Order: sequence, then C-alpha cells, then structure tokens
Amino acid sequence: MEGLLIDIELRDIKNYILKGIDLSIQGGELFVLLGPTGAGKTTLLNIVSGLIPYEGEVFFNGKSMNNTSPRDRKIGYVFQKLALFPHLNVKSNITYGLRSQKWTPAQTEKRLNEIMEMIDLSHLADRYPWNLSGGERQKVALARAIAPSPRILLLDEPFQNIDLRSTKMIRLEFKRLQRDLKITTLFVTHQLSEAEEMADQLAVMNHGRIEQIGSPKEILSQPKNEFVSKFVESPNILPCLSSIVLGSGLIEANCDGIKVIVPHEGERIKNIIIPPKDVFVSSENPPGPYINRFKGQVIAFQGNGALKTIRVKIGKHSVDAEFPEWMASSHHFNIGQEVYVVLKLGKIMVSEG
Amino acid sequence: MKGTDLKWSAISILTFFLVWEIIARSHFFPSILFPAPSEVLAAGADLLQSGILLKSMGDSLLRVVAGILLGLGLAIPVGLLMGWVEKCDKLFGPVIGLLFPIPGIAWLSLLIVWVGLRPSLPILLIAIVVFFPVLLNIATGVKSVERENILAARILGSSELRILVSVVIPLSLPFILAGIRIEVALAWRVLVAAEMIAIPTGIGALMSRSESLLQIKAVMVCLGLLSIIGLIMDWSLRYFEKRLTAHWRAF
Repeated sequence: MEGLLIDIELRDIKNYILKGIDLSIQGGELFVLLGPTGAGKTTLLNIVSGLIPYEGEVFFNGKSMNNTSPRDRKIGYVFQKLALFPHLNVKSNITYGLRSQKWTPAQTEKRLNEIMEMIDLSHLADRYPWNLSGGERQKVALARAIAPSPRILLLDEPFQNIDLRSTKMIRLEFKRLQRDLKITTLFVTHQLSEAEEMADQLAVMNHGRIEQIGSPKEILSQPKNEFVSKFVESPNILPCLSSIVLGSGLIEANCDGIKVIVPHEGERIKNIIIPPKDVFVSSENPPGPYINRFKGQVIAFQGNGALKTIRVKIGKHSVDAEFPEWMASSHHFNIGQEVYVVLKLGKIMVSEG
Repeated sequence: MKGTDLKWSAISILTFFLVWEIIARSHFFPSILFPAPSEVLAAGADLLQSGILLKSMGDSLLRVVAGILLGLGLAIPVGLLMGWVEKCDKLFGPVIGLLFPIPGIAWLSLLIVWVGLRPSLPILLIAIVVFFPVLLNIATGVKSVERENILAARILGSSELRILVSVVIPLSLPFILAGIRIEVALAWRVLVAAEMIAIPTGIGALMSRSESLLQIKAVMVCLGLLSIIGLIMDWSLRYFEKRLTAHWRAF
C-alpha cells in the first residue's frame, strides 16, 4: 500500500440517528469518539465505512466516497462484537480479506506471517475463535482488519469484553501499532480514561450531535457546555513527574510535590485524573487510613443548586471537590481555612505517557 | 458413546429380546401371530437367501436416496435465496406456509394421477415431502448468521457471491445437516406408507404382501431391517455432521 495518509472529512452527515455531523480528521491521527450509549458513535463509524445509508458527504483526502461501496473504501473495521468468522481458524480469519481481494497465495502467505509476527499471534495460527480468550480474539479481529493494509481503521469499543489487566496491555500495544502503521484511526469508546489515554483528538457525542471537539486536555480542562462537563465531570488533573512501584498493583506517583497512591500497572503515569465528586473535604482530620490525605487551604467556595463546589489549594495544585448541599450545612468553610482533603483511592484514574 | 452408556444399551436391548422370547415361548398368543425373536431371525435368513429381502430393501433405499437428493437439490437454492434476500422470503414464504402443513402422504393421490405408477413416483413423493422442511431449515440457518459477520466480510472486500459461499453457507451448515437427519426419517415414513398402499415393489410392498399371507415373521423381519437401516443412516449423518462442523463449534 502507498504510504499515503488519509484525511477524513464529514460534511453535514445526517440519518435517523445523526443530526448533522461535521468532522475533519487529519491523516494518521487517532481520533476518539466519546459519548454515552446511543449517542450515535457506532452509526458514525458505519457511515464512514459506507455500511448504512446517510445524507451528507464523506470525503477521503478530498475525494467524495458517497458512491463508493464499503468493499472499495479500503477500510479496516473492528466491530464491537469482533465478528470473527467462527468456522475459520485464526490464519484463515486473518487472510480472509486478502483472499477476497485476490492477493496471490505467495503475497497472502508473506503478509500473514508479517501480521502474525506484528501482533504476536503465530502460536495461535491454527486455533478456532471458540478456543481463544477475549484478548486473543480482540487481537485476531485487529489482525484481520489491518491485514489488507487499509487506509483507515475503525474500532468500535474493541476492548470492552476483556479483563482490566489485558485491556491495559492491549491499549498500549495498540497505540504503538497505530503509530507504527501511521493509519488514520477512528476509535469509539464510552470510557473517559480510555479516550484520554489514547486520543490525539477527541469528539464528545450526545444524541446524534457532536458537543465538543478538541485534544483530550482541552476537553477535560475546558468543557464547552454542561453535557460535556457532566460527561467528563470536569475532573481534577494532576500532572505527575515520577512514580515508584509499591507492589501489589499500587504505585506512588509524585505529582509536583504531593505523593498520590494509585492502583496501577503499566507504563509511567502522566496524569492523575479524579472527578470532584470523588474528592472528600473536611475541616477536621477524618478517621480512616492515612492514604492520599492532604492538607490544603480553601481558595474558593461556590454553591449552585443542590451541589456545592469547593476549591482547595494543595501544594502547587488546586483541587475541586463537590458535595451535596445537605453536607455543606454541616461543614463551614471560609476562604483561607485549613482543610483535609482525601482523594478516594478506588476512583483515581490515570493516563500514561 | 461412553462405556457405561454402551453397557446400558446392551442390557436394555438384550432384556427386550429376552422378555419377548419368553412371552412368545409361553404360547400365551398363537405363535403364528406372535413369533419368538429366534423364529424371526430364522425367517430373516430364509428371506435373505431367496434374495427378495435385499431386492426390496435395495429398491426402497434407492428411492429414499434419490428422493432426498432431488428434494435437497430443489430446496437448497430456494432456501438460500429466501434466507439471503428478504424480498424472496416475503414472496415465497406465504405459499410455502400454505403447502407445508399438507401431510406428505396426501400428495400421493395427486401424483398417482399425474405421474402414474412409474419408478419416478416414490422419488417425486419423497422429494416433495423433504422439500418443505429442508427449505425452512436452510432459510432459518441463513437468517441465523450474525449480521456483523456478513458486514465484516463485505468490508474486507468480499463479493456477495463469495460471502454466500465462504460465510453464509458454512455457518448455516449445522442447521442444514440437523434438518437432513430429521428429513431422512420423514422420507422413510412416507415411502413405506406409499409402498404399502400403491407401489408394488420395495420393503413396504413386501410387508403388505406378507401381512396378507399372514407371514408375521416376514413382517417382523422387515420392521427390524427398517430399524437397522434407519439407525445406520442416522449414525452416518451424525458422523458426517461432526466431521464437517465439530472443529469450529464449541460444544
């Protein structure tokens, strides 16, 4: 395949779910569609691939694809259900596209070995899908999608049915692979942490519309409207400089002066993300274990409706905490007051880099 | 079959014949109406020697095989079409729904008039009987193929014909094969009935003649043979089914 990067442009895409989507994706980018179930994320993938009817226009590198059938759009698609062919073994699943596109047996064999090496599947070549683990199936689906050297890769919540530990590994492997292949990628997820970790660009979708487009950092730090801020929960993001592995799945991250313990395995931690509702603030030293407990100073106090928000300065960071009004009446906070802040261990998300 | 299953099968069948033998030998019923298994076996040997048994069985077997092949040959393309193209399903479905409930043997009266007592009569009858259930089985099998499997094949650049051959047919094969096993039993049923009523050759005709001559032993030989042939056919189809699909189906 020519080492050509493909830009994708969508102009006013509509159908029974989508209500006018405009989107442009740079060649080689990993673009994440984030949103709740029913937002229209899968529908958008199906339109890019040409599998379902739509109004509006889809362009690949400026060329309209509206009259190009799915089989000629040169797309790799990893379905949510993976949709491996159950009657074919791993080898035949991977080569299905090659054989459909009439590659010669020699080319097919060469590409098969290349792909199996790349995705580490050689030892599973003769297995059938029923005899594979969730993670292995996921890899086969990915291998099958990229074998014919597509120009665009679409993934629909591919890491959903895999246990947490393998997901982490697969995500990292996938990111590396995507970078190596330089393939324009559209990735659907409803998990904020997944989106934050993987995306070059991110679009938050809801009810068939795009609410906001931007880099993960932009969206997390400047949500454009209430839906986005609710969906991303305007989380606190603490950049981390270094981390120490404590063992048994815990890591101590040094986030510019404060040390936060997080459940994590994998690469170096770039950011710690925690939604305000999972930050606990108290004027007295609360009972319980001394994990992720910090002293800080109240710098802002804000009440809108049933929820109160308090901003606390801890070292160089400011952390938002949110709690219901009835709790606020039992706590009196003044600007400048010293308070105790607890970041709930189980609620901390991390992004890697 | 596991060892214990085999043991129980042997016990069950031997007990059956033993009880039968004892009742028959007690002469509680006249032996001409209720012969012992040993006598039936002896009669079987005679019939075998005369050649009439093998000839009749051969005739019937040939009809069943030819009838099923004809029925399958007609039903498979129509069934695939109905499962694959929704419009065909809508077009053919109601008519098939109308004809399907007619008991197979009931077609005999029409066929006798249209075809006459030709060798093709029982073959056509079986083909008709087999046609409808096979058709519905295949259509169901095709519809059961996951839509995403078909979409995946399409995205991977497969032509519609290739999708049909490489994805849809293999994935509906379990339905088709399970259907065929039932239809073989159905074919035997309708064939024996037809041979007893109208067709002068075959195992059904042999039974009918033996019955009118009060040759109960011969009737029982025929029944035994039908049981054995039925079992063998079912076993071989099961084996065939397993060979074709077991490697990719997790049981």
